[in-house]
Amino acid sequence: MQAAIPNNNLVLQVRGLVKHFPVRRGFFQRVIGAVQAVDGVDLALEKGKTLGLVGESGCGKTTVGRLILKLLEPDAGEILFRGQDISNFSRYEMKPLRREMQIVFQDPMGSLNPRMTIGQNIDEGLRVLGVKSPRERLERIKELLSMVGLAPSVHDRYPHEFSGGQRQRVGIARALGVDPSLIICDEPISALDVSIQAQIINLLEDLQEKLGLTYLFISHDLNVVGYLSDTVAVMYLGHLMETAPADTLFDNPVHPYTRALLAAVPIADPDDRREMEPLGGDVPSPFSPPPGCRFQGRCPLVEERCRQGRIEMYPIEGNHHVRCWKVAGA
Amino acid sequence: MAENTYRVPPREGPDFQAPSAPRKGRFEMAWEQLKDNKLALLGMAIFGIFFIVALAGLLLTSGTDPVLDPALIRLQEKLLPPLSKPHLEALTPEEVPELGIYLFGTDNLGRDVFARMLQGAWVSLTVGFVAVGLAVIIGIFLGGVAGYFGEKNIRRDQVGAAVVFLAGWVFLGASWFASGWAMIGLGLLYLVLASPLIHRRVLEKKGRPSGAAGLALGNALTMDTLIMRFVDVMLCFPSFFLILTVVALLPASIYNIMIVIGLTSWMGSARFVRAEFLSLREQDFVTAARALGVSDWRIIFRHMIPNAVAPVLVSATIGIATAILTEAGLSFLGFGVPPPHATWGNILSDGKSYIFDAPWLTFLPGTAILIVVLSFNLFGEGLRDVLNPKLRER
Amino acid sequence: MTRESLNGKLISVRDLHVEFRGRHFTARALEGVGYDVGTGETVCLVGESGCGKTVSALSILGLLPSPPAFVTGGEILFKGEDLLPKDEGEFQAVRGNQISMIFQEPMTSLNPVFTIGDQIKEAILAHEEISDRELEARCVSLLKDVGIPSPKDRMRDYPHQLSGGQRQRAMIAMALACNPDLIIADEPTTALDVTVQVQILKLFQKIQKERALSILYITHDLGVVAQIADRIFVMYAGIIAEQGSAREIFHSPRHPYTMGLLASLPARTRRGQRLYSVPGAVPDPSNKPPGCPFHPRCNFTQESCARNFPGVCDWGDGHLARCPVLYKNPELIP
Repeated sequence: MQAAIPNNNLVLQVRGLVKHFPVRRGFFQRVIGAVQAVDGVDLALEKGKTLGLVGESGCGKTTVGRLILKLLEPDAGEILFRGQDISNFSRYEMKPLRREMQIVFQDPMGSLNPRMTIGQNIDEGLRVLGVKSPRERLERIKELLSMVGLAPSVHDRYPHEFSGGQRQRVGIARALGVDPSLIICDEPISALDVSIQAQIINLLEDLQEKLGLTYLFISHDLNVVGYLSDTVAVMYLGHLMETAPADTLFDNPVHPYTRALLAAVPIADPDDRREMEPLGGDVPSPFSPPPGCRFQGRCPLVEERCRQGRIEMYPIEGNHHVRCWKVAGA
Repeated sequence: MAENTYRVPPREGPDFQAPSAPRKGRFEMAWEQLKDNKLALLGMAIFGIFFIVALAGLLLTSGTDPVLDPALIRLQEKLLPPLSKPHLEALTPEEVPELGIYLFGTDNLGRDVFARMLQGAWVSLTVGFVAVGLAVIIGIFLGGVAGYFGEKNIRRDQVGAAVVFLAGWVFLGASWFASGWAMIGLGLLYLVLASPLIHRRVLEKKGRPSGAAGLALGNALTMDTLIMRFVDVMLCFPSFFLILTVVALLPASIYNIMIVIGLTSWMGSARFVRAEFLSLREQDFVTAARALGVSDWRIIFRHMIPNAVAPVLVSATIGIATAILTEAGLSFLGFGVPPPHATWGNILSDGKSYIFDAPWLTFLPGTAILIVVLSFNLFGEGLRDVLNPKLRER
Repeated sequence: MTRESLNGKLISVRDLHVEFRGRHFTARALEGVGYDVGTGETVCLVGESGCGKTVSALSILGLLPSPPAFVTGGEILFKGEDLLPKDEGEFQAVRGNQISMIFQEPMTSLNPVFTIGDQIKEAILAHEEISDRELEARCVSLLKDVGIPSPKDRMRDYPHQLSGGQRQRAMIAMALACNPDLIIADEPTTALDVTVQVQILKLFQKIQKERALSILYITHDLGVVAQIADRIFVMYAGIIAEQGSAREIFHSPRHPYTMGLLASLPARTRRGQRLYSVPGAVPDPSNKPPGCPFHPRCNFTQESCARNFPGVCDWGDGHLARCPVLYKNPELIP
């Protein structure tokens, strides 16, 4: 299904990832249905590159991030980290791999333990790494802090003394502490002020270049994704709707959802005022969705065929894939 | 996008950021806020005084030849009002009170009430702290486990592991009663051998959770359910009567009382901690710790519990007050610390028959209990305001 | 009472000073803030968190809790009358009736235990006396106006039964209930998905055209601002850094903060270029730097910036900016 990318260059490959959250009711907690948060997702991350995973609320992108890190157990599918399938790994087997993949969170307030100094927050990772001597760990902490643009002397201050952007830098330092090769960035700048967002974006870019990091950048902000990503995957209600290299997606979006999404992003130029043509309806809930295409409720091109069976991903050209038989001409 | 983007000249030099606010530790901030609450400060001050008094009391009244003797009976001097002078002609030199007067008067056996109050202060202090300390430890542990492991079904092998583990402790416990280092040795050996096996077995369980039924009742039996229903069962017992029953059955000793009060008052803390854990579990820093590979137990104890203790601390300070009152009640009913050891409760109890002749025997310990309990309550409320992040001034 | 105040504007905030007084600090939240909205105009108040935009909006309607907030100067002229000295009773006559407010989080701004129909009716009944039948009809027509399908059924729904977009529409219906002249919208689409945001923005356009409303739109999203604003006021740390028409602000900004903001916007068209980022962070309102609040982060700062509070510089055509440095040295403008 995926186009040919030389396999040894892939840090992460995900195939058919599925996660359903059963909904229980009643005294005996009977299962009455499931929230199909992630329903068959394929991704490929090349070393040193950034894959942007875009979607609106409820599409499952955050769940994908957690599944890859095995913070949630997948129900089906393969997660190939450096070629090794970790989807079945027990906690014991995952332990040595944890340091290879880390996560940066959205909320700088909640992502740091308020009762520990920022040095201690970072230290937890170094301990797991097995660095024994406290002096070595302190050295490394100072090094990490300056790497993310914070003065090394502030390691003994508490999170509440810092601003949101500074806390986010600490979160990044913590993730870097264990020397990962993959970092899941889960909406890392959405909660920050606009003037700080650029600082963090630049920091992430610099780190990627310097350390050869691979990013899975999860966001709902198409501007940031368009700026940062090498490839983009658009998600809607647990399914990938379109995946393509970034330039291709922005120049030539084919899926009706992608087109609506791109059209909805307001352009910061008053001379370029478009007539707004909003997509009808609201983002539906992923609870027990109907068969067929997940977008059938709002799609301007919907037909009977869209409501049946399972819609496949069709290749357009090169690495451009779309989950729509109509625009793919199938 | 407006393409005439401004080439704003970039700043020189590295942009090392540091917090703009001056260095202020959490304690400093908390102290500043506490200072504003005058009543809480008063509570703390009174507690300080109480602590010093109790300590002094312990030192001054214990031992075979104490400085202030609480047990010395002088029947000729019974029921003297406070601040009365001793009748020197009727007393032997050892019987003369050290201070020269009976500061708080004497009781029905002529014992110096001041000395007895001092002795009782220490009892109240230790009962309060030990009982509450025990309750808090049990409550935090059970609440933490219930909150963290939450909806995870209890697997059969986990139950097996728990049984094996407990058996080891039973061996150790048995060795206390049955004599024999052999038993202790056996118990320890058992635990040492069993632990890695349990560890392996439980942690190495491969494969996906089938999502199928847990131990029993479909998915209803989880760790959380188990512990919380246990809490509910314990809450059904009227605790004072439970304490009374246990104390009546056990040999009378101050330690038994403390342990029993502790074992019956941990439920509130458990609920608080569980509630905090349920919300803490969703916080990103806990997820971050899991992503780093930190072990579950370290997460519970090092990461989450320090964040969850705020409500427990508050209820603990108020719990100390309750424990003191409970002990006083027990002593009053005659089930407390055995005589001749003085506690405020039994001074009250002794005095109840003489309430018209010697009202000070009732008022003095009663007022002392009132002041101490009030001070703890005030301090506890001040602490709650300080620890509540929502009320924190911007 | 004339429909517009003397300078032709519907509402005019002038030289507003607001302080927050705490036990150990005083925060100067607003220092001489002034903006205005004309009839039928959409004015955007742009700024980041902590700049005071919400504080100024709340003070228009007298919704600032006092203590700890105190208005220490200025006036708010609405239809020629100063709103600040009004007491609670007089404000209630204005709120909802002539000026309405829409908030960011529809879930918390709607009362979860009442149906949305009841809440809209309550908004109407606060200012008018009409029969039950008319009330019902008006409610249905309002819901239809804001684009909620099957309004008769939706009226009996509780807020949690509606989606985010529908809740926001319900809020807008409540705001429109008494035909106000001005709507203050405080980040109304920030919590919504972008495809829903478009729907709500289009709805704003529609109701503005139909009812000749004025809208004061508060946001931090420059993209939205570019698409809907007639005039823009850029706020920073309690002052209006710059104001002007949308074109002027986006194409010829004259304050370093505005320039920095615009240069730091990520966009696909900027791929490959390094984003400019404004160094430092927004100051704490109780700990603002002396002189110009932006000077520690500014690339054009001079000695005088740390000493003197920046005065307003007029660039013509209603374009004003608080940066004397650039005004006196226009060659510095990139």
